[in-house]
Order: sequence, then structure tokens, then C-alpha cells
Amino acid sequence: MENEGALVAALRAGDEAAFRALIEMYHAMLVRVARMYVSTQAVAEEVAQETWLAVLEGIHRFEGRSSFKTWLFRILTNRAKTRGIREGRSLPFSALDPDEPAVPADRFHGADHNWPGHWAAPPTGFPEERLLAGETREVIERAIEALPPTQRAVISLRDVEGWSAEEVCNALTLTETNQRVLLHRARSAVRAALEQYLEES
Amino acid sequence: MTQTANTYEDLSCQELVELVTDYLEGALPDGLRDRFDAHIAHCSGCQMYLEQMRATIRVAGALTPESLSPEAERALLDAFRGWKR
Repeated sequence: MENEGALVAALRAGDEAAFRALIEMYHAMLVRVARMYVSTQAVAEEVAQETWLAVLEGIHRFEGRSSFKTWLFRILTNRAKTRGIREGRSLPFSALDPDEPAVPADRFHGADHNWPGHWAAPPTGFPEERLLAGETREVIERAIEALPPTQRAVISLRDVEGWSAEEVCNALTLTETNQRVLLHRARSAVRAALEQYLEES
Repeated sequence: MTQTANTYEDLSCQELVELVTDYLEGALPDGLRDRFDAHIAHCSGCQMYLEQMRATIRVAGALTPESLSPEAERALLDAFRGWKR
């Protein structure tokens, strides 16, 4: 965001339009990321709102050594973690549990076949003209909503918002490997939902 | 790049689908990336799979980013005005 620096300077000067632009840009994602750590949507919303108060209180100390975005999400994750611990939740990523395979095992040949592990039911091409239809987008939105909160946050930031892997790792304090594992699970699940929808209808 | 005739068998489709994200992220070690490429070159099912994954990413990128609710906006603007005073 090239005008982010200007917005931050305007915010420091007390400009309401700048504040409005920043909350428009980031608030929904703050809630989404907070939801990784706390138990309900309402608590996540609360943590995101507190984060903005902390931003207002601390904006004079913000020196621009990191991007505003990184600073903002650091404040959020620190608060959300504290809140989650108080709620007695364990931190996400402390244990990445074994997960569903990207594609169910029954789509591949079994060990008794000449080509074990190769496609028994191979995927087919997606019809290009249907991909950008409104209904297809809703299918993807619903599939993203249905993901566990950590996967949902990672795929939203990476693929919907277009953040780089590095930005996501910094903002969520994830290792590169964990970021990729979460992204992989999320994308695999969304692809499967899309395939199912396009084949059924 | 050294490839033998059996590189295609060497990585199964079931293994390949679990490597797709690392492949697209440029995070596969060289040897594994070569095996991935060799497999893809001969396997139309996996070509389709990779294509589907790319399409999924493309459509996700075309979604409208979520925006904040009017209630949240109101609460935050109230807080902002309180802060300015």
C-alpha cells in the first residue's frame, strides 16, 4: 500500500479520514486473525477494537522501522495471545496435528495395483467461463469460512488480500514452514470444494 | 538435470498432490523439484490438478476483501473522537 505512510502521518495529526481509511483496510482482517487465538467471534472483535485503541495511544511512538501493517498485526497478535491464554486456550501451531490428505486416498490406486498411488479418478479441467461466475465465488467464500481459524487467516491474507509469505509470517509470527503447511491445507480444501461444486452442477 | 526412465514412477500422484504448495511457493529442494517436473511432464492427471490449484488461487484473488461491519465502524469512530479530545 503505497499511501500507507501518508495515512499514518495524517493519523498522527489526528485526521479522522485517515483513521477511517485504515480501519476500512485492516479491521476485518484483524478480527479474522484474532479469531485464531480466542474462542468466539465476539471476543475477536473486542480484541481488534482494543488494538485500534492501542494504535491511537502508540502512534506517536511508531517509528516506521517496520511497516505499519506489521506493527499493527503485532499489537493484535500479542493481545489476542494474552486473551487466549487467559481463556485457557492453547496456542495454535504449538502442535500441527496430522490432517486430512489434500485428496482422499480413494482417488488413487491402492498398493495391489500396477501403479500404486497414481490417479484412479484423475481431476479434469475447470470450465474457465464458470470460474469467475458469482456463484462460484460464493462457493469459494463458503469454503474459506468453513476452514479452521488458522488456515482461514492464512489463506485470506495470502490469496484474498495478496500479502507475501514473508508479510504473513511476520504478522502472525509463524515460521515459513508452518505458514506453508497451513496454506497448503487451506488451498487443498478450497480446491476440493470447488471441484465438487463444478462437477455436480 | 539427471533423469532416468523411471522418474515418473519415482514420485506417485498421491505424493505429488501434497507437494503442490511447496512447488508453487518455490520451496521444494532442487532434487525434489526435478522429480516433480519430471512427473508432471508425463502425467495429465497431475497437470490438471496443478491447473485446478492455480485456478483456485486465481479465483480466491478475485474475491472482494471482507470489510468491517457498520457497528464496528461506529464504535471505532466513537473511540477515535474520544481519543482526539
